[in-house]
Order: sequence, then structure tokens, then C-alpha cells
Amino acid sequence: MQDFDYAAPISTNEAVRLLADPAQKAVVLAGGTDILVLLRERRRRATLVVDVKKIAELNELAMTAEGGLFLGAAVPCSRIYREATIAEKYSALTDAVKIIGGWQIQSRATVGGNLCNASPAADSIPPLAIYDAVAEIAGPSGRRQMPVAEFCSGVGKNVLARGELLVAIIFPPTPVHSGAAYQRFIPRNEMDIAVASAASYVELDDKGAIRKARIVLGAVAPTTVRATKAEEALIGQQPSDALFIKAGELAQLAASPIDDMRGTVEYRKHLCGVLTRRTLAIAVERAAANKK
Amino acid sequence: MAKKQLITAIINGEEREFACEPRQSLLEVLRDSLQLTGAKEGCNNGNCGACTVLLNGEPVVSCLVLAVEAEGAKIETVEGIAAGGQLQPLQQCFLEGAALQCGVCTPGFLMTTKALLERNPHPTEEEIRFQLAGNLCRCTGYDKIVRAVQAAAEGAK
Ligand SMILES: Cc1cc2nc3c(=O)[nH]c(=O)nc-3n(C[C@H](O)[C@H](O)[C@H](O)COP(=O)(O)OP(=O)(O)OC[C@H]3O[C@@H](n4cnc5c(N)ncnc54)[C@H](O)[C@@H]3O)c2cc1C
Ligand code: FES
Ligand code: FES
Repeated sequence: MQDFDYAAPISTNEAVRLLADPAQKAVVLAGGTDILVLLRERRRRATLVVDVKKIAELNELAMTAEGGLFLGAAVPCSRIYREATIAEKYSALTDAVKIIGGWQIQSRATVGGNLCNASPAADSIPPLAIYDAVAEIAGPSGRRQMPVAEFCSGVGKNVLARGELLVAIIFPPTPVHSGAAYQRFIPRNEMDIAVASAASYVELDDKGAIRKARIVLGAVAPTTVRATKAEEALIGQQPSDALFIKAGELAQLAASPIDDMRGTVEYRKHLCGVLTRRTLAIAVERAAANKK
Repeated sequence: MAKKQLITAIINGEEREFACEPRQSLLEVLRDSLQLTGAKEGCNNGNCGACTVLLNGEPVVSCLVLAVEAEGAKIETVEGIAAGGQLQPLQQCFLEGAALQCGVCTPGFLMTTKALLERNPHPTEEEIRFQLAGNLCRCTGYDKIVRAVQAAAEGAK
């Protein structure tokens, strides 16, 4: 491993100061499951590694005063899926954190790190996007917030400027009769990265018709893509298999995947259709059961 | 070179102090400095699980943990699970069920299984396979490992 110094600040301000230090090439360490591999393989360089796991607000996992969710950027996946309230209110997030790597990875890997790493195949990003979650960012000139959907700017790229730190991801409250789901396709059952993925969110009205829908696809473009045409086709409709199939077909059109060893363009598009259809069916089922 | 740091951690129930460079992994320090060679290096990038240890009760791949991150932590390695020269029932089940061939993956499997059975004493076969998916074995074909874990869970009934 390349040589570097290590710091574990206990406040966000101190972390920002270290990250902004012009004398250093500093990187953030959360769970380390991406960054330690990159540093070891020399695909990233650093003179200072800033471990953010000791900062209290980055470790916070709690419901907000408005009834939403505050997810600190350093909270590991295994802590998230053990929370019953999250499984109930943000089930697509739970779907994702349960399948990021194996148990050993989940003990360390964070959703904050998954987002900042900005892989097109990152499992937590489509769920964050369908919930309209917001990234809370601290930097040398103060705090700012932005929609998670705009946070990644390309393959492995995000909008953070030098010295900026992702503090948390904040989810708005989920209303009654809403439900969501996330699924990915991988060649084996566990421990692989998505060939294609989809997250769906729906809200039902009193008559059980779809009032709102959001569909976000992963691994089929440099960043996640929203399948707006498919969403529009769902509004005002009663859920049915035929409707989900139609939405799946429209979702395929939003995908612009690449050919690689994991799958061809055609295969990935097909998967978008299937995964959209399946996640919509589960989302509607969950929405119907969500009466609180 | 970055200065060495002095780290204190509870390893297998004993307070241990060691000096390490920030760039050293926990796996490296366990094996090379503390002579705890149970955790194995398979891939050194988080994929094989051979280096699994428990960090504050959670299984982690020690090749993706910096040793400096272990300050104040509780670490359990395979060396700590047999008490008084007696194999733990779980180890006995792996032995009797021939759940190993070359044995490189075994310490990792034992540590993940220990954590699994502590949380879920009677897992289904599917749960066992899912929770152990982060541990790879080149030799056994996994069935004997799954049977050994089931036998250990049976024994605990
Ligand atoms: C064996 C294995 C299996 C995996 N399987 C999956 C999988 O199934 N699905 C999947 O999506 N990913 C998978 N990954 C990738 C990885 O585990 C995830 O991307 C994970 O969520 C990263 O989180 P982390 O906390 O470990 O990030 P780190 O490695 O700590 O950080 C990742 C990147 O984000 C930056 N960063 C982290 N936190 C912050 C912050 N608060 N502010 C600013 N920058 C920050 C770091 O500097 C680094 O560039 C796997 C990795 C391994 C090794
Ligand atoms: S050596 Fe750590 S996971 Fe393979
Ligand atoms: S027994 Fe050889 S790797 Fe598992």
C-alpha cells in the first residue's frame, strides 16, 4: 500500500479543514471498501486519509422532526437494515443495503461512500433517487444541500469540491399508501455488481389508483436515469400486470447501456423492462399494505 | 514515511498494544506483527473472506480495515475461539463433517459462522448460504460447509 498519514477527526469542521489543506492530497475514508482497494491498486493517490467514522453527526441514524429520515454518511449498511422503521418506511433502501457485497462488506460499507464513489452500478443510488433524498454537504464556505439525483456527475465522479464532505442523506417523509422496491440483476445470487437495476416508488389514491410514480434505473448509463415516460403512463391508472408490462417497455427506452462482459446493450435493456415491472408490482403491494 | 502509531485493542479478550504505519491493514498487523496467522490472505481486496475477523462483534474483511482504525476496538480471530486447548463445537463440526480440504478459507468461514450463530442460532439453509456468501472456498463445493454449520446449529439446540 502507498504511504499516507491518517487522521480521525471528531468534528465535521475539523474534517473539512483537513480535506481543504492545500499541503495535502486528502481522501475521505468511511467504510473503506472502495477507497482502500483504490489506494492499494494505486488507482487513487493520497498523502492523508481522513477517517470520518468518529464524527457524531455522520453516525446519526434517526427520524427527523418532519417524519423523514436522517442517514449519516458514515452509517454502515448492516446498521441500516437492522432498523425495523426503515424497512417499513423506506423499504427500497433496505432492499439495497441488504445486497451490497456480503455480510463482511455490509458491516463497513456506507450509503454515503456508495454515493460518493459514484459507480453506475451502485446499489443504493436508485433508491435514494426515488425517495427524492437530499445530500447535506459541509465545506470550507459552509453548508449546502442538493438533490441526490444530481450528486453524481459521471462514472466515478461527483459534485463535491475540494474540502467538501458529505454529511448525511436526508429523506422526506413517506406518505400513507406509498411503497417502493429495489431489485438488481446479477449473474449469481450474491456478491456481484448489477448488470442492470431498477427502483420504483408509487403512491396510491383512495380508490387504489396510482397517484404518483418514480422509476430510476441503475447500471445502464454513466449515472442513474429516471424513466419519466414510464412514470407518466402509470398516473391515474389502476395497477395491473398489463400496466406494469407497459411501464417496463417504456422504461427500456430510457436506458442507454454499454456492451461489456456482463451483458449486451439488448440484454440490459430487456432487464430494465423486467426489473421495472417486478419492482412496480412489489411497490404497489407494499403501498396497499401501508395504511399508517 | 508516515510515523508509526501506537494502537491499543482488545484482541481475543486480551489488551494488546502494537505499533503500525497508517497504511498497514489489520490483516497485515495481525499476521506479521502479532503472529496471529489464522486470518489468511486470499485476495487482499475484500472478495474472498479468508481474512474475516470480528470487529466489535461484526464480521469484517481485515484486508479492508486499516490497523489504525482498530484503536479501542474488540477484535476476535480464529485463535480465540477454542478454549483451554479444546476445539469449540463449531470447529469440531467442520472437522467431523470434512468441511475443509486445503483449509485456507476455514478460519474465515468459522468467524462468519460464529457471528451468524450468535445472532441466529437456528438459521435455515438459505440463510446460511446468504450470510456466508462473502466467504469463498476453492475446494469443497460448499455443501459440506453448509452441513457443518447446520450440525453446529443442531448441537446448540
Ligand atoms: C467485495 C466487495 C463487494 C461489493 N459489492 C457491492 C455491491 O454489491 N453493490 C454496490 O453498490 N457496491 C459494492 N461494493 C462497493 C462498495 O462496498 C460500496 O460502494 C460501498 O457502499 C462504499 O462505501 P464505503 O463506506 O466503504 O466507502 P469508502 O471506500 O470509504 O469511500 C468510497 C468513496 O467515497 C468517498 N467518500 C466516502 N464517504 C464520504 C463522505 N462522507 N464525504 C465525501 N466523500 C466520501 C471516499 O473518499 C471514496 O472515494 C463492493 C465492494 C467490495 C470490496
Ligand atoms: S484477503 Fe481479505 S477478503 Fe480476500
Ligand atoms: S478448503 Fe480450500 S479454499 Fe476452502
